[in-house]
Amino acid sequence: MGIVEVQNVNLTLGGKKILVSLNIDFWKGHIHAIVGPNGAGKSTLACTIMGCEGFGNFEGDILFEGESIKSLSIDQRARKGITLGWQEPARFEGLSVRKFISTIAKNKKEDSIREKLTWLNLNPDLYMDRSVDKTLSGGERKKIEVASILAMEPTFVMLDEPDSGIDVESLDNIFEALRFLKKCGATVVLITHSLAVLKQAEHGFLMCHGRILEKGSVEKLSRYFENKCIPCDHKNIPDNN
Amino acid sequence: MIIKIFLITIDEVNAMAEDSKTSNALLNATGIPLHTIDDPEVARLVVHHNTVVASHMLPGLHLNVKQLKQGIQAEIILEQGIEIKKPVHLCFGMLPETGIQKIDLDVRIKKQAKVAILAHCVFPNAVSIEHIMNAEIHVGEGAEYSYFERHIHSPHGGIKVYPTAVIELEPRSRFKTEFELLKGRVGEILVDYQTTCREKSVMEMMARISGIGNDKIKIKETGYLVGKGARGVLTSRIAVRNQAIAEVYNKLRASASHARGHVDCKEIVQDQGIATAIPIVEVNHPKAHITHEAAIGSVDNKQLETLMSRGLSEDEAVELIIQGLLS
Repeated sequence: MGIVEVQNVNLTLGGKKILVSLNIDFWKGHIHAIVGPNGAGKSTLACTIMGCEGFGNFEGDILFEGESIKSLSIDQRARKGITLGWQEPARFEGLSVRKFISTIAKNKKEDSIREKLTWLNLNPDLYMDRSVDKTLSGGERKKIEVASILAMEPTFVMLDEPDSGIDVESLDNIFEALRFLKKCGATVVLITHSLAVLKQAEHGFLMCHGRILEKGSVEKLSRYFENKCIPCDHKNIPDNN
Repeated sequence: MIIKIFLITIDEVNAMAEDSKTSNALLNATGIPLHTIDDPEVARLVVHHNTVVASHMLPGLHLNVKQLKQGIQAEIILEQGIEIKKPVHLCFGMLPETGIQKIDLDVRIKKQAKVAILAHCVFPNAVSIEHIMNAEIHVGEGAEYSYFERHIHSPHGGIKVYPTAVIELEPRSRFKTEFELLKGRVGEILVDYQTTCREKSVMEMMARISGIGNDKIKIKETGYLVGKGARGVLTSRIAVRNQAIAEVYNKLRASASHARGHVDCKEIVQDQGIATAIPIVEVNHPKAHITHEAAIGSVDNKQLETLMSRGLSEDEAVELIIQGLLS
C-alpha cells in the first residue's frame, strides 16, 4: 500500500480529458519522479492530489495512508502532511522571508529558519528581511519555497519542475534538500521533463496524454524517455507501438 | 485664546515632559519606546488638542507655534544646508473621546537641507473626533524631506480624519511621504495630497490603510511633474473588509521632457467591502513617460493556495497576505 494512492482518476477540464484512468501508488519514504512532455498532465495530477481550486471534480479516488482525501480542502490535506512546491512560486509583496517561513514552520525558532536558508545556499543575513516578491529572482524564490517546505516538515512532498529557473549549483542544493526530506521519512514526488531531475528519483512514472505509459526504475524510464519521448513528433499522444 | 509665538528651551521641555502625564500617555499610545524619543539629538513636538505638551528643537531647526481654539498653527523651518541626523518626532492627538483637532503646518526646508520626520497621530479613545490637518510644504533646491505619518485610532470607528497637503519641490529636491493607518478603526478618512515637482526633483507618495466595519477611505494623490527630468511615484495599498469602502484617485501629469512617473494601486477586497481605483495619467510632452498598474479584488489565488498548501487556513492565509501588502 502506498502512502498516496491515485485510484482510477479521470479528470476533464474545459471539455478535454486531462487525466485518464490514472492509477499510481507512491511508496512511503521513497523519491519518485513523474516524467513526461509538456501538457502530459503531470502538474494537473499534482494539483489534483493537493486539492487545488478547479481540480476537485474528478472521478475515482485519492487515498492518503489508506483514507480518502477527496473531500478535504487544500489546507486540510496540508495539515495531514501533504504539500506542493509550484513550478513558478508565488510572490508575496511586503511579506518577509522570515515571516513567510516562520509562519509555516513547525520549529519557529530563528536558528531553525536560518538553518533552512543556509541549506539552500541562501545567506540568512542577506535574505531573512527581504520580501518574497518581484525583487527576488525566480530561482531565489524557488529556493525560499523549498526552504519553507523543509520548515513545514511534511510527509508527502510534490515538487513541480524543481529545476525551473535554477542554476546548476543551486540545483545541487535542492537535490540535497530532497535527500534530507527522504532521510526524515518524507515521500517525495518530482514532476519534471528533465533527465537530470529524473535521475534523483528511485522510481518513476512516465506520463503522456494523461495516462501512465511506463513505470519502473529510473534507468528504464530514462532510456524510454530519451529514445521514444524526446524524438517523438506526437507530443502527448501515446505511442502504443 | 491666542498664545504668542515662542521658542522652547531644553529645560522647559524636560520640565513639561516630567509634569505632563498627557504627553506620556500620547507617546505611550504610539507604541514606540520612549527612550528613543527622549534623546537630546531627537527634535520633537507633542501636541495634545491645542496645547504643546512637549517640544525640543535642534540648532538650525526652528519651530513657531500658535495656539488656536481647536488646534495649533505651526511653522517648521530647517535652515539652509542643515542636516538633521535623527528623525524628528511629531505627535499630534487627543486623549478624550470627543473633540476637534486642527493642525495647520507650514514646513519650509531650505536649500540643501535634509530632514526626516516620524509623525504619530494618536486618538486611542476616540468615539467622536475630527482631526483636520492642512500642510503647506516647500522643499528647497537640493533639499531632502521625508515624512512618515502613522495613525493610531480607537476601535470605535467614530473618528474623521482629513489630512491635506500641498507640496512644492524645487529643482533636485527629494520628497517622500508615507501615510499609514493600520491600528484601530479608520472611521472616515480623506487624504488629499498634491505635489508639484520641478527639474530633476523626486517625489514618492504612499498610503497604506486597512478598513473594516463601515469605514470609509478616500485617497486623492496628485503629482505634477513640471520640471525636466522630474520623477514621481504614487503608491496605494488598501485592504477593505466587512462593509468598508475605499476610493483611490491617483493622478499623475508629466509635462516636461524626460519626466518619469508611475502610479501603483493595489486594493484587496474581502467580505462585502467595496474598492474603487481611478488612476489618471496624463502626458503632454513627447519625451515624458508615465506608467500605471492597478490590481483590485480578492486575494491572489496562487498566494492563497501556496500558504494553504503549507497548512494555513484560508483566513490565516488571507490575513498574512494582507499584512504583507500593508507592511
